[in-house]
Amino acid sequence: MKIVVKLNGRNREWEAAPGATLLSVLRDGPQEPRMTSVKRGCETGDCGACTVLLDGQPVNSCVVAAARAHGHAVTTIEGLAGDPLMTALQAALVEHAAVQCGYCSPGMLVSLYHLLKECRAAGTTPGDHAIREALSGNLCRCTGYVKPVAAATAVAATLAAVGRAEAGAR
Amino acid sequence: MTDFVNNRAGGAQVGRNVTKIDAFKLARGEPVYTDDVHPAGMLWAKVLGSPHAHARILDVDASRALALPGVVDVAWHRQVKPILHTRAGQSHPEPSPYDTVIMPDKARHMGDRVAIVVAETLAIAEQALGLIDVKYEVLPALTDMDEALARTDVLVHEVADPRGIAEGGRSNVAARIDKQVGDVSAALKTCDHVVERTYWLPRVQASHIEPHVAISWLDEDGRLVVRTSTQVPFHLRRILARILELKEADIRVVKPRVGGGFGDKQEMVMEDIVALMTLRTKRPVRLEFTRTEELTSARCRHPQRIVMTTGVMNDGTIIANRMNVTADTGAYGSHALTVQGNTGQKVLPMYPCANIHFQVTCLYTNNPISGAFRGYGAPQGCFALESHIDEVAKVLGMDRLELRKKNHIRLGDTDPLSAKLGEGREGLSRVIRSTGLETAIEMGCDAIGWTRKRPPSAPHLRRGLGMALAMQGSGIAGVDWGAATVKLNEDGSVNLAVGATDIGQGSDTVLAQMCAQELGISYEKVRVLSSDTDLTPFDVGAYASSTTYVSGGAVVKAAQQMRDQLAGVFAEKWACPAGDVVFGDDNVSCGPDKAMTMAELATHALYAAKMQPAATASHMSNESPPPFAAQFADVEVDPETGEVFLRRFVSAVDCGTPIHPGMAEGQIEGAVSQAIGYALFEEVIVDRAGKVKNPNFLDYKIASALDMPEMVTILVPTMEPSGPYGVKAAGEVPIDGPAPAIVNAICDAVGARLCRIPATPERVWRQIKEAGE
Repeated sequence: MKIVVKLNGRNREWEAAPGATLLSVLRDGPQEPRMTSVKRGCETGDCGACTVLLDGQPVNSCVVAAARAHGHAVTTIEGLAGDPLMTALQAALVEHAAVQCGYCSPGMLVSLYHLLKECRAAGTTPGDHAIREALSGNLCRCTGYVKPVAAATAVAATLAAVGRAEAGAR
Repeated sequence: MTDFVNNRAGGAQVGRNVTKIDAFKLARGEPVYTDDVHPAGMLWAKVLGSPHAHARILDVDASRALALPGVVDVAWHRQVKPILHTRAGQSHPEPSPYDTVIMPDKARHMGDRVAIVVAETLAIAEQALGLIDVKYEVLPALTDMDEALARTDVLVHEVADPRGIAEGGRSNVAARIDKQVGDVSAALKTCDHVVERTYWLPRVQASHIEPHVAISWLDEDGRLVVRTSTQVPFHLRRILARILELKEADIRVVKPRVGGGFGDKQEMVMEDIVALMTLRTKRPVRLEFTRTEELTSARCRHPQRIVMTTGVMNDGTIIANRMNVTADTGAYGSHALTVQGNTGQKVLPMYPCANIHFQVTCLYTNNPISGAFRGYGAPQGCFALESHIDEVAKVLGMDRLELRKKNHIRLGDTDPLSAKLGEGREGLSRVIRSTGLETAIEMGCDAIGWTRKRPPSAPHLRRGLGMALAMQGSGIAGVDWGAATVKLNEDGSVNLAVGATDIGQGSDTVLAQMCAQELGISYEKVRVLSSDTDLTPFDVGAYASSTTYVSGGAVVKAAQQMRDQLAGVFAEKWACPAGDVVFGDDNVSCGPDKAMTMAELATHALYAAKMQPAATASHMSNESPPPFAAQFADVEVDPETGEVFLRRFVSAVDCGTPIHPGMAEGQIEGAVSQAIGYALFEEVIVDRAGKVKNPNFLDYKIASALDMPEMVTILVPTMEPSGPYGVKAAGEVPIDGPAPAIVNAICDAVGARLCRIPATPERVWRQIKEAGE
């Protein structure tokens, strides 16, 4: 069947089998380019390595039918290249040595991006527990989450400082 | 032996947190892992796994599958030459039994290979599995290790191991060890107290988030290329050559970025399958395990039962220690001898005494296959020993910290057990030439608040503290070795080619730091190529905590050799003594008025002196200096529900001099998170029929960000003379202590000793009830 999706801001037409998951369509091809940031880890919605944004909300693309994305917007890390918040998050993860094997990193980054975007919109700063909750669907076997949480905390603090400065300027 | 300390150049490239050289491309999701690049015309493979834990595969009829449009080939045992081997992925001569063929005629565990399908798409390959008709003769399944030991009428392996490690054809014993120093039985009779307890360790799985995945193809010269997520490219090439009857010259193994390994990718889990199907079809073939296949058909940590017998005097002096291990290797004997050997060798030396007895019986069963997993037998032994030390202290009425301090290994002590237990053969004895254990204990006690236990956070909870000590090794002494090649380019950059295998731990980065340190250049000038059997020199691979210590030694030597060449070129140009040439800050100089940038010197070497500065060096160590850890847990327990809340966890680790402190901490934090699962919730549950009951991440739970306690990680630097810049290993030692530290804390909180992990609420609750009765 034909599926029309707005992938990373551009309209795409996919040919997909009726049972195909969003993960398989994004990752396996035959459509090019393949979205290699979207990783296959469990296919049961438990590990979060395949996290993407569906209309701005994080979903495990391995348990979302490709057909569900028809007429909707799908955003992957590839589509957030150059986005200031995503760039800041990526730099923070790298600087904090929070990227070991890196296989879970894109999924983590999508979850953190969503959290910080929501918090910025609401004018709040996420604490340790909120960051851990946001990451709780992204399993990482390498880091023990210590450095990823520290990286996210640092970006959240920077955003809060920027927010305060902007409020002061107004 | 090589002592590196004199070579220490000092300076800014090692010992600092540089940016991990591959981190940005990983964080951007760029196509760098095995499955991210698909060759044109690639076929998708699937494995038909056995539905029975033990069954002869009498016949396979693939005609219906082959009739399905898009199915290209189906292979099973009649079509594949049975050459006995081991998939363990170890150095030649391999210390694991030869009990495996590519396609077996008997399934030995649920999920064992029955047939391989390759098709034009994954969906077609999956559909074809259901169209393969198999005739089985179902055999009784041995899923209990005591039953496997007792019975000889049912044999998991009916063919003798050609090299006699396993007792195939005679019994279900895959490996035995019986080594003694002194005389434990006689010594026990002289002790004031003899304490004996039995401990049980579960089957757990490495659960790297990237599953096993491999892609193979034939290159333009008809050579077999295997691009795979592996820890051991060179071992793979050797094993594939033998079992596929190819020349090693006609095989190229390429390791791209790897999404975690933890020992599970030391094994040849699937590379033989894709290679076989590529040779049959002449087309590229890709195979990736599902998470269910990971939990049923990859490798697990060996489940063990350990009986500890300790003889001790009233003053706390340990006189004798016996460790008797019964282990379940599952369907095949991958690492059966060596993992179990490590259970004693890496653990018992913590408390040196004149009488040590170590016994192992490792059994074949029809359970999932056990194998290498970070810690490699030591987490099991450490749980038993460190739980037992608390029990001995209780019997003595002595403080458990004092008992440890009185008996633990010290600088200058020898480890007689290592001489008796090598990698499957006589090993090398070990003298402790660096230890930060005393400092680690002191700093760890301080960080956890050992002498000022906090009150429970709520009246219905009980609070407890626990500790454990651990030691491991740095590579396998006299066995592990690696090589490195360095080459200078005219812009002053350096190509560093290493067989050492970066699997996410960051070895490319620390090896670049070490190379840069020796050449006096910035680490950013070093371009690392790791693990391509055509392009890089040999290395045994990423296992046994060997890379920084062993492969790092090769990098330092190669860089030093090239530095000497450059000093010669410089000396000739400037007419100065080569011995006075100084390298640093991307410059080369001899006195105040003779100086060039490294780029200028490189250009001079290539275009004027007409020589390529380059060197290859190999390094092996006859030592395996142990890193040490002192680990501490602060827990609260709800006695009504048995629930355990891990509040704070402290690791104080002596891994020598860290090259990249941030990544060394990361090794510790990751190891602790895996070990928290081992202690509290991870267990691959197998029923009596041999079926895994929880083969997914919902039911086989690994730690999430919400399961982690407050983590304190303390590096305790020491200077190990046999390691480059004083390094020892960091990857494995921190996974050993958390389980006993946490369980000792539970015992401290509720007064009930759990001898079995994971400490699930049900087990804790039952133990509290039993202790109360």
